[in-house]
Amino acid sequence: MSSVVETPVAALADPGDLSEEQLRRMYRTMVTGRLLAERFWILSRQGKTHFVITSQGHEAAQVGSAMAMNKGSDYLYTYYRSMSVALTMGFTPYDLLLSVLGKRDDPYSGGRQLPNHPSSVAWKMPSGSSSVATQIAHAVGSAYAARVKGEDFVAISYSGEGATAKGDFHETVAIASIHKLPVIFFIENNHYAISVPEQYELPEGGVANRVAKGYAMHAIAIDGTDVIAVYNATREARERALRGEGPTLIEANCVRLVAHSSDDNDRYRTDEMRNELKRYDPVPRMRNFLIERGVLTEESDAETVREITAEIRESLDRAEAAPAAEPEAARRHIFAEEG
Amino acid sequence: MPEKTIADAIHDAIRDEMARDPTVVVMGEDVGYKGGVFKITDGLQQEFGMYRAFDTPIAECGIAGIAIGAAFSGLKPIAEMQFADYSLPAYDQIVNEAACIRYRSNGDWGCPVVFRSPFGAGVHGGLYHSQSVEALFCHTPGLKVVIPATAYDAKGLILAAIRDPDPVMFYEHKKSYRRYKEEVPDGDYTVPIGKAKVQREGTTLSVITYGVGVHWALEAARTVEGEGINVEVLDLRTLHPLDLEAIAETTAKTGKVLILHEDNKTMGLGAEVGAFIAENCLDSLDAPIVRIGALDSHIPYNNEQETAIIPNPVVVTEAVRKLAAY
Repeated sequence: MSSVVETPVAALADPGDLSEEQLRRMYRTMVTGRLLAERFWILSRQGKTHFVITSQGHEAAQVGSAMAMNKGSDYLYTYYRSMSVALTMGFTPYDLLLSVLGKRDDPYSGGRQLPNHPSSVAWKMPSGSSSVATQIAHAVGSAYAARVKGEDFVAISYSGEGATAKGDFHETVAIASIHKLPVIFFIENNHYAISVPEQYELPEGGVANRVAKGYAMHAIAIDGTDVIAVYNATREARERALRGEGPTLIEANCVRLVAHSSDDNDRYRTDEMRNELKRYDPVPRMRNFLIERGVLTEESDAETVREITAEIRESLDRAEAAPAAEPEAARRHIFAEEG
Repeated sequence: MPEKTIADAIHDAIRDEMARDPTVVVMGEDVGYKGGVFKITDGLQQEFGMYRAFDTPIAECGIAGIAIGAAFSGLKPIAEMQFADYSLPAYDQIVNEAACIRYRSNGDWGCPVVFRSPFGAGVHGGLYHSQSVEALFCHTPGLKVVIPATAYDAKGLILAAIRDPDPVMFYEHKKSYRRYKEEVPDGDYTVPIGKAKVQREGTTLSVITYGVGVHWALEAARTVEGEGINVEVLDLRTLHPLDLEAIAETTAKTGKVLILHEDNKTMGLGAEVGAFIAENCLDSLDAPIVRIGALDSHIPYNNEQETAIIPNPVVVTEAVRKLAAY
């Protein structure tokens, strides 16, 4: 069915010069993403949020790639599943909970946009819509701006493989390739466009293979459940871009461990299929890897999980008590405001 | 003071702004080496280089999306849609992205892009080089829609559009490009977006219009001048947001209103202007509101049918006489 299943679950890639501290930070962010996502689904079941869309199974792809970018100068164009990118950049569980609850102080949108659509001026993360693939064009626009201004920054677009069916993708990947623009197309291939499996959404051979052949540009498929492999591939793509060697498409094969969103029943997959995917769960993979290398112990890991759980609990209490969005501000920011 | 066409006024204004501000870029199909199919970007690539006057493939959605992303990274892009008819593949990028980003980011991000397009009929362009699409975009919050009728305004409005912090749809009537000339001052000036202009003072009735309609109305006004009919012509210039004050003012002044555009009559801008007057200015009216627009059709290529469908000064003159006599 998917290239992930065909890939044996091997040891993670060589961490090279990543420090133990960096490896622990990667893992901690992945665990935070996982535990927070689980809390979001509970909030959905409790009727406390209208909509939930999460990144279980994508944590390695998102954390590894975002850590490889240059925070504050590179442009990150996220999508609705990018909650672990947001946590990597510096958003907190409290910030994300404000978004999920649609509160006034939601730092992404003041509670206006659906949850999990990151936005930050400081970290150069333009707010994304819920339209699929539009942000890929914007990333090419940022890379074009880098060329016009003669500045050394790189843009990265995040999307699922479903986005690679859209015209926005094909039109602008071509332009990026023609002009060797400094952009990374990071494709989280979880092998489903909601319910439609890869065999009915993409011609055979995977995204990277097609793009490399069709658009004459560098494209690679990697194990997107290996956070270190993802980090290494993204760093290399970034360096290529800065050397003027043009765009890279990274197809990070990962797994979607839960339904597409809270509005999806996931009945097109059997329990057996979902259980099979757990073999590739990036969080225990990283945990086992770090314990084997002596970077973590069972005890220190349990302590990490306790700390994060407590932080989420405390953040939730604060977020629930935070002020609601104000109806009188509903028509603000349609146009720029004076002063 | 030099006399300029609308085409030259827009060209020169863009050129001067690119010289003044290194973040201003133009992009689109044929805008670079060729200088645009209507020559609005003529010579810009030769002067400013291949990236600031950027030739793209035939990819309107891509052009719009790249312009939007470039704006997020500090550029002020002018994205040319070669014909308004061909801006529709970019509709999603313009409506769901450019128009919304400020709102959905609670004011944190803006999108200062100008989407320029030649539009309109009367040049035997057939179905796909003749459309008026402005009403589609006037319905979207977050977009400004501008249509200049004169060379002076064309220069002032394109400069205001480039400097505007929000996305602006800028439509240039292709039949007007080189038909009307007037004196255009050198140097920097802007015409405010959101302000209409009385192009001709009158007392008998008001024609509220924009674009090529302004010229039809002025011609009709001259024709009936000797008949004791004194026509006021209000040029809206900005279609969204509308200058409601100016509309109310001219309605109060003359009491008779004729709304004119080349776009189809049904659901056209005239419907909104008429509804505003009906809701807010009923006491000023001495006659029913009259609307003139195209006959709710596609635009055919042959002269006979195209002429039959779009309004013209003769039709406007007859309607003016009838309304004056009411």
